Amino acid sequence: MLIQILPELGLYAMMLALAMALVQAIVPLAGSLTRRPLWMSYAVPMAWGQALFLLTAFVCLALGFLFNDFSVTYIADNANSNLPWYYRLSAVWGGHEGSVLLWSMMMAFWGLAVSVFSRNLPRDMLARVLSVLGMINAGFLIFILATSSPFDRILPVPPSDGADLNPLLQDPGLIVHPPMLYMGYVGFSVAFAFALAALMGGRLDAAWTRWARPWTNLAWAFLSVGIALGSWWAYYELGWGGWWFWDPVENASLMPWLAGTALMHSLAVTEKRGGFKSWTVLLAIVTFSLSLLGTFLVRSGVLTSVHAFANDPSRGTFILILLGLTVGASLTLYAFRAPRVKSPLGFGWFSRDAMLLFNNILLLVMMVTVLLGTLYPLILDSLGLGRISVGPPYFNTLIVPLTVALGLFMGTGPVTRWKQMAPRELIKRLWLSAIVSLIVALTIPWLYDGAWSLPVSLGLLVAAWIVVPLVREPLTLIRRFGLRGPAKLSRSHYGMVLGHIGMAMTIVGVTMVSNYDHADNVRMRQGHSVEVGGYRFTMTQLNEVHGPNYLADRATVRVTQGDRLIAMLHPEKRFFDARRQAMTETALDHGLTRDLYVAMGEPLDDGESWAMRIQVKPFVRWLWLGALLMAAGGILAVCDKRYRHRSRTRQAMEARP
Amino acid sequence: MKAHRRQRLTLIVVLVALAGVAIGLALYALRANMNLFYSPTQISAGQAPGGRSLRAGGVVRGNSVQRDQQTLDVTFTVTDFEHDVPVHYRGILPDLFREGQGVVIVGTLDERGWIEASEVLAKHDENYMPPEVDGALKAAEASRAIPSDAPAVADSRASGTP
Repeated sequence: MLIQILPELGLYAMMLALAMALVQAIVPLAGSLTRRPLWMSYAVPMAWGQALFLLTAFVCLALGFLFNDFSVTYIADNANSNLPWYYRLSAVWGGHEGSVLLWSMMMAFWGLAVSVFSRNLPRDMLARVLSVLGMINAGFLIFILATSSPFDRILPVPPSDGADLNPLLQDPGLIVHPPMLYMGYVGFSVAFAFALAALMGGRLDAAWTRWARPWTNLAWAFLSVGIALGSWWAYYELGWGGWWFWDPVENASLMPWLAGTALMHSLAVTEKRGGFKSWTVLLAIVTFSLSLLGTFLVRSGVLTSVHAFANDPSRGTFILILLGLTVGASLTLYAFRAPRVKSPLGFGWFSRDAMLLFNNILLLVMMVTVLLGTLYPLILDSLGLGRISVGPPYFNTLIVPLTVALGLFMGTGPVTRWKQMAPRELIKRLWLSAIVSLIVALTIPWLYDGAWSLPVSLGLLVAAWIVVPLVREPLTLIRRFGLRGPAKLSRSHYGMVLGHIGMAMTIVGVTMVSNYDHADNVRMRQGHSVEVGGYRFTMTQLNEVHGPNYLADRATVRVTQGDRLIAMLHPEKRFFDARRQAMTETALDHGLTRDLYVAMGEPLDDGESWAMRIQVKPFVRWLWLGALLMAAGGILAVCDKRYRHRSRTRQAMEARP
Repeated sequence: MKAHRRQRLTLIVVLVALAGVAIGLALYALRANMNLFYSPTQISAGQAPGGRSLRAGGVVRGNSVQRDQQTLDVTFTVTDFEHDVPVHYRGILPDLFREGQGVVIVGTLDERGWIEASEVLAKHDENYMPPEVDGALKAAEASRAIPSDAPAVADSRASGTP
């Protein structure tokens, strides 16, 4: 009985959550304007209730999937009784309706987290922050209820079985990729809410940045992991070994990441030095707006992509209106309030302030580059000027040199001092690092490949230049205080170090895999063998296997190098019954310095041969490991001690008249 | 105070100059790497430029896919049910490539009127029609004079359009 009404319960829970979000949006804000503590105190309980009811709705939907309730349209479209239970669970966010519910639930949980961990905020600030979060989620919940409820039923005659989850999404990487990405997207709403609350209160001092920083770092860490998982998934599931396609959907996640990276660094300047105040606020607005733009691009169906499963134009319009309102309202507020903020600041061209300024400029130029390449085709199309697509060469020719420039500042930045520094002193601190980096950059291509290569050297130079100067600080401390010296550096410093090393690792991965990979498309029969990149691939067997919801052709490929057996690989070509769709299941032998990649293309006419794609991908793991390291750096910085002394900040705030 | 202002002025001038250079470069790169979409009808009418990268699309004509027996060369025909364009490709076709399916091809047009494909895209589920192809089919349908052809097209589109 209860099982049958679960979808209705879920729907009611969502409506209750909307009601609470509306109260949370309006009452505390009104309270903070009229100075009524009672009204302001509505914020926290509403945030809790909203999170509770959205969790209820989400659990109802998940249970519907587990119990195979195919009378619900969304479940019937995205699951099948033969689907294994874990994919039935991840199918909850496998389509449009469920993923927007997930988005909204995460939004509520960020609000909950803010209310728990920021209890020490001044009361009116907390009320305003939660009110802004409430407004965003109210908008989103109205969107879900009006256009994309996951609980719609197919009555009176429900289908006997579901259409199954898109086979591309039946993959462990895809279980975690969307939640991570959404955590990142949605997490930037917290920085946004703090920025707006600070604007409303006119209290744009360093305090709001200290509160906003850990939240921004956390959101950024999630987004980094989300993007890396997406790229990794595309690598083995979609892309025939490619790891980034400059697909509009990838770009949609990269843009908030770039803006968010700029925001993190700008927040550092505002907190430490009180500079860039209005700039930081603007970046917080831009970052969250780009998150919303990303959601719009992906969810509205304007893009041609695997992710674009919503083709209902009303949804696109709705999100566009939501985006317009958010951006319009926040920029209006900014326009009225920001000019009052003065940043009384002067700094030299070789100071850390200046380095971070260049970092911000470069990151934003990169963001605009991506934005232009992503939106240009959409704009031309909507103006009726023809359908175009912008190819990867556009992005590569612009992003690669910009990354090199960014890397130069990343090496310099951490060794500079705030405010003022003589160029001579900077050179004194950096010359040795420069020489070491140059040696690394020039010798490694020789050692690895036996030949000199300009692009590889350039990439490695940038990576080494980022890492080597970071050693200086701990070394000086060791010299001065002995082995316990490095412990004197704060966790946020080590967070920065980890993040930068992660970036360098990613650069190494990109450089090596772009320049040294081997790929070959071949015809293969049983017993046939080919040599790719110094490895010999032999197809030893070809048979059929039965999976829970598919039938597969499976090859066994033996990989040898000389006489040594390296790996036995089992690529598959799966055929999913419910959707009548074929899927390539790649076989990988991964290692720190190289991946061996075998994929079955298609059966050829003679009935025995297959078109196979065989690749050797050097250092490709470094790409994603680097991203994980960056995320770890972000999280380490959140754990910094000074964020735990917030109660003192509050006392200081309240002591002030 | 004056030094402060001068610094700000330098900063603004540098920023504007940098932004100008960046936008100029971006637009240049954009123009050089833009792939315009052409329908089979446009290609047959000679509207597509030869020798540079373009996108073309249509439905893969039934029984037109031919694989070479020794290599991975494959040829097929894309159509908007008005005009056909032959395509040559070397490599592995995507999982969702099938006769009767809408595909988008990135490649160049040679002198013989063939498209030499560098990429064949059909990565959506079978109910999905790439919007470009959908548009091309609709345009071809609108220009069609003979109505007796229509049911066949409607059938093939029924399986294609969402």
